[in-house]
Amino acid sequence: MNKKLLILLILVCFLFSVSVASAKLVKIGGVACLTGGAATYGASTKNGCLLAFKAVNAEGGVDIGGTKYLINYIFEDDQGSAEVAANAFRKLIDQDEVVAIIGSVMSKCTLAGAPIAQDAGVPVISPTSTNAQVTLTGDYIFRACFIDPFQGAVVANFSYNDLKAKTAAVIFDNGNDYTKGIAEVFRESFEKLGGKVVAYESFTDEDKTTDFSAQLTNIKAANPEVIFLDAYYSAAALEAKQARALGITVPFVGPDGWDSAEFPKLGGEAVEGGHFCTHYSAEDPRPIAQNFVKKYTETYGQTPDALAALAYDAALILIDSLQRAGSTDGAAIRDAIFATNLECVSGQIIFDENRNPIKKAAVLKVENGKFVFVKFVQP
Amino acid sequence: MTKKQLSDSINNNILTYNKLTNWKKYVFISVIILFFLFLYVLSFGIKVFLQQLVNGIQLGSIYALIALGYTMVYGIVKLINFAHGDLFMFGAYISYFLGNYFIAHNFHYSFIIVLIFSMAFTALLGMTIERIAYKPLRFKPRLAALITALGVSLFLENFFALSPENIPFPLNKIVFGPRFLPFPALISDKTYNLAGISINNIKILNIIITVILMILLQYIVKKTMIGKAMRAVAFHKDACLMMGININKIITITFGIGTSLAAAAGTLFALTYGQLQSPYLGIWPGLKAFIAAVLGGIGSIPGAMLGSYVMGISETFATSINSNFGYGIAFVILIVVLIFKPAGLLGKFTKEKV
Repeated sequence: MNKKLLILLILVCFLFSVSVASAKLVKIGGVACLTGGAATYGASTKNGCLLAFKAVNAEGGVDIGGTKYLINYIFEDDQGSAEVAANAFRKLIDQDEVVAIIGSVMSKCTLAGAPIAQDAGVPVISPTSTNAQVTLTGDYIFRACFIDPFQGAVVANFSYNDLKAKTAAVIFDNGNDYTKGIAEVFRESFEKLGGKVVAYESFTDEDKTTDFSAQLTNIKAANPEVIFLDAYYSAAALEAKQARALGITVPFVGPDGWDSAEFPKLGGEAVEGGHFCTHYSAEDPRPIAQNFVKKYTETYGQTPDALAALAYDAALILIDSLQRAGSTDGAAIRDAIFATNLECVSGQIIFDENRNPIKKAAVLKVENGKFVFVKFVQP
Repeated sequence: MTKKQLSDSINNNILTYNKLTNWKKYVFISVIILFFLFLYVLSFGIKVFLQQLVNGIQLGSIYALIALGYTMVYGIVKLINFAHGDLFMFGAYISYFLGNYFIAHNFHYSFIIVLIFSMAFTALLGMTIERIAYKPLRFKPRLAALITALGVSLFLENFFALSPENIPFPLNKIVFGPRFLPFPALISDKTYNLAGISINNIKILNIIITVILMILLQYIVKKTMIGKAMRAVAFHKDACLMMGININKIITITFGIGTSLAAAAGTLFALTYGQLQSPYLGIWPGLKAFIAAVLGGIGSIPGAMLGSYVMGISETFATSINSNFGYGIAFVILIVVLIFKPAGLLGKFTKEKV
C-alpha cells in the first residue's frame, strides 16, 4: 500500500515538473538606478519594461521560432554609479545568462556596462542613454532615444529662435558624460546660430555638489538672456532655486534630464516657465501613445514620464526582435534589432548605421507644477 | 658668563628669532592672499567679489557646524568619529519628518522646535552609538576605535538607504529609503538686495545659528562643571578615575553634544538647499568638515570655525575662477597648510606619550 502511494506520488511529481517545464522561460536583464540623485528614472524605467513584459506574458508569452516563451525579467539596481553598473551587467551576463539587457539609464552607467555585453555577445538596448559614444562601443549596443548632439541642437535652436535669446549661460556637471556632451553641442549650435555663450561653468559630480552659488554668481555677472541648466532634475532644481535666490530672473532651459514628476516639486516657484527638450509627450494624439498613457496610469497611478515611455519602447523593440529572430542566439537577436521598423510610443523607430533611432523631439514647459506640451521638433 | 646664562641667552635669541620669522611669515602670507584678492577684484569686479564672499561664508557656516562636533569629540576622546557625517544626515531626515508634521498641524515657530527636537533625537542616537560601539574599545588601541567608527558610518548610510518595501515589518518603519525628498519650507525664503549683493534670510540665519552654537559650546567647555570634567578627561583619563570623575558619563555627554551639533548642521543644510538626496548625503559635507577641522587644528573649537570659513571661502573663490577647481582646492589647501603648520592653523603640538 505504502509503496503504491509512493509510486503515485512520484508520478504526480513527475507530471507536475513536466507541466512546469513546458512553459519555457526567456531571461531578459534590466539595469537602472533606483538609488541616488536620479532615482525616479530607474523606477520609471523598471515600470515601463514591466508593463510591456506583463502584457506579453498575459497573452501566453513571446513566440520564438514556433515555441511560446514566458519573459523572466531580472532587474539590477546600478545606484547611478558606473562601477556598480559594470558589476550588474557582469552578474546578469555570467550568472543569470540573460539573452538581452535593457539598460542602463545614465550614459555613464551604460558606457561602463556596454563593453562587457559587447564582449559576451549579449545585445543591449539602452532606453535613455543619450551620449553619442554609447552605441559606438560595438554592434551589440542599441538605444531607444535620440542622442545628445540632436538634443543640444534642439535646446540651442529653441532658446535662440523661440525664446529670442542672444546670449546664454551654461552650467553643467563635469563628471558626467551626458551633461558634458550636451553642453558642448549647445555651445557650438548656439554660436553657429549667431548667439553668444557668455558663461560656461561646470561643477563636479552632482552627488558631491549641493552649492552652486559660486558658479551662479559668475553667471549673474555675465548677464545672459537665458540659462541652460544642463543637469538631472535634482541638481537642476537646486540650481534654479539658488539662481533665483541670487536675484537671477532670466528664463531657464534644460535637457531631457529634467523629465521627472519630482522636478516641479523640488524646484517649486523657481522652475516655473522653464522649457526643456524630451522624448515624448503624454499629449501625443497617436493611439499607441494614448493607449500606453492610459494603461500606465491605471497600473501605477501616475502619468508616465519620458523614461517610462522609452523603457516601454525598448521592451517593445526587444519583443518584436525576438519574434523576428526566431532564436535566442545573441547574433540573431542583434541582426533582428538592427532591422527594426516599428511604431512605438515615442515615434516610428528605425535604426541608423550607428544603431541610433531617427525620431523627433518634444519641447515641454513647466506650468503650475505640470509639464505642458509646446511643440515637436523634427530631426 | 656662566654656562647657564649663555644657554639662556641663546634660547632667548632663538625664541625672538622664531617669533620674528613667524611674524614675517604671516605678513608674507597676508600679502600674497591680498594680492590674489586684488587680482580677483580687478578681473571680476567688486560686486562679484562681495557676493562670492557672502556665498563662501554661508558655505563655511555649514562646514563649521559639522566641524565643531568633529573637533569636540576628537579633543576629548581622541577619536575621529567618522560616523559624524551620517549623524548629520540623520539629523536632516529627522527634521524632514518633524517639519512635515508641524507644517501639517500649523505650528508656530516650527523651525526652532524642529531644530531642537532634531538635535535631541540625534544626540540620543549618538549616545547610543557611543555606548554600543565605542565604549567597549575605550582602553584598547586607538586604531580599533577608528575602524569601528568607519564601520558605524557605513552601517548608518547603508541601513537607512534600504528600500522600505524590501525589508520586514519592524525595520521598514525606521529606514528612510533611497528616495529623493523635498525638504519642507520651514522658513519662507526671502532675498534682500543690498547694493547689488543678494543675501538670503536663510543664509543669514545659518551664520547666526552657527555663531550662537559656537559661543554656547565654548561656554559649556570653558565655564561649566561638565566642561571642566570634559577637559579633565581630555587631559588624563586615569587621573580622572582617581578623582571620582565618571568618565563614561562625561564621554557620553560629549558625544551627545557633538552629535546634536551635527543634527543642527543637517537641519540647516536641508533648509538651505531644500532637498534630501539620499541617506548618503552626509559623506561629502562630513569629509569636507573633517578637512576643515584638521585645517584649523583638530581639537580646537575656534580652529574648527576658522578652518571651515577658510575652506568655504577659498572653495567658492576657486570655483568662481575656474569651476573645475572647486573641489580639488580644499585638498590642496589642506596639504599646503599641513606642510607649514602640521598641527593646523590654531592647533597645538602635543607630544605623544609613548
